Amino acid sequence: MDQTKNQTQSQAKIKEFLSRFFKSHDLKPEEDIFALGFVNSLLAMQLVAFVEKEFGIHVEDADLDLDNFRSIQAISSLVARKTGTAAEAAPA
Amino acid sequence: MRLELTAEQRAARDEFRAFTAAEIAPHADRWDRAAAVPRELVGKLRERGYLGSLLPAELGGRGLDMITYGLLTEEIGRGCSSVRSLLTVHDMVAHAVQRFGDPAARERFLPALARGAILGAFALSEPGAGSDANSVETTAVQEGGPEGDWVLTGRKKWTTFGQIADLYLVFAKVGEGAGGQPTVFLLERATPGLTVTPLHGITGTRASLLAELTLDGCRVPATHRVGRIGSGVTHVASYTLEQGRYSVAWGAVGLGQACLDASLAYANERHQFGVPLIRHQLVSALLADMIVNVRAARLLCLRAGWLRASRDPGAGAETMAAKYFAAVTAAKAANDAVQIHGANGCSEEYPVGRYLRDAKVLEIIEGSTQIQQISIPRFPFTEL
Repeated sequence: MDQTKNQTQSQAKIKEFLSRFFKSHDLKPEEDIFALGFVNSLLAMQLVAFVEKEFGIHVEDADLDLDNFRSIQAISSLVARKTGTAAEAAPA
Repeated sequence: MRLELTAEQRAARDEFRAFTAAEIAPHADRWDRAAAVPRELVGKLRERGYLGSLLPAELGGRGLDMITYGLLTEEIGRGCSSVRSLLTVHDMVAHAVQRFGDPAARERFLPALARGAILGAFALSEPGAGSDANSVETTAVQEGGPEGDWVLTGRKKWTTFGQIADLYLVFAKVGEGAGGQPTVFLLERATPGLTVTPLHGITGTRASLLAELTLDGCRVPATHRVGRIGSGVTHVASYTLEQGRYSVAWGAVGLGQACLDASLAYANERHQFGVPLIRHQLVSALLADMIVNVRAARLLCLRAGWLRASRDPGAGAETMAAKYFAAVTAAKAANDAVQIHGANGCSEEYPVGRYLRDAKVLEIIEGSTQIQQISIPRFPFTEL
């Protein structure tokens, strides 16, 4: 239950951020933002900066696969994986 | 809201200003004519911790915060844009290795970059590729499987401080033709197959030891790849050029300030029609614009610095805005500075001619003015 709630909250934050770039488009969770034709090199690193700051994670080189940033859903899954890993690694 | 530097930042600025006044500004015209920043000065920058200054103290860097780094770049840029450009490109390489480098490469190169023991240079531009970074033609082919060496072949042009750099950040394509994936590699100077040819007759930042690099089958280990295959433009260039833009923006503020300092001094000292030039209203108008624009550019740089320090996703857009405005401001300030100096402005006896030539370069490097004009309206800015 908490996991689903967290995912929904992350997706809402990601959508809010991306909406600044896609002003006239109601972005769906699974929609491919690269296919919409807006994404360029500046947005790619802005997305990384947003995810790192908003969710307190460090996006490593191995995570920089564009597929991890292709949609709201994909970004949210990356965040869930990274925060899950952080929780597992934390001392009890 | 308080808009002021901390006591530590002001003290650091005083230090940078004193260093520039003693070690750089008096010699900059001579270095410009000789088309070379001397090795001796590089040693002094190293001793002061001005190379790789953003890297943390545990690596041997000075661990400057973003604003203090900006102040350093402004003060150095006030004395000599060629010296400032050494800081810019060296720090871009350090920045890329720190963020995207393989652990082995980070361990090997970061402490040396942090101490300035080796100099970094940024090798993206080619004879046929400038603003369109995706069109680089240098190729990278991996031999011997996923852990095998990469073989780099191609030509790089306009590599700032390429003549004396020890480590080049090289942008190449993995794969053939249009489907080639932009990817970045570290190339050491001693690598067989690398030829470094000095470039001469440059208009501005003449002392920045530009070079053309010819890579003829240069072999680098797999650990010298920086970032993922295909991430060369989307991530590595984007991240690294943002750092470069930040540095150039502050350097442009420094150059604008130098124009203002020279113009105010001249306009007060030079008399025509029985009064100092500053008493002539058309000269006064030029000076007023110079003062206000340089101050506005500095505020944009400070804003970009604060956002970068807080890792705000809007930092990229703000840095573009700062670089765009500061470079345009420096060019106008330099042009007006020469105008105020009249015939003396066209003479080597005064530095403003150098300022004008250097300012033109600032409108071209790290994203030209026109590239910023295309990009800025497309990106949202973080509200205050």
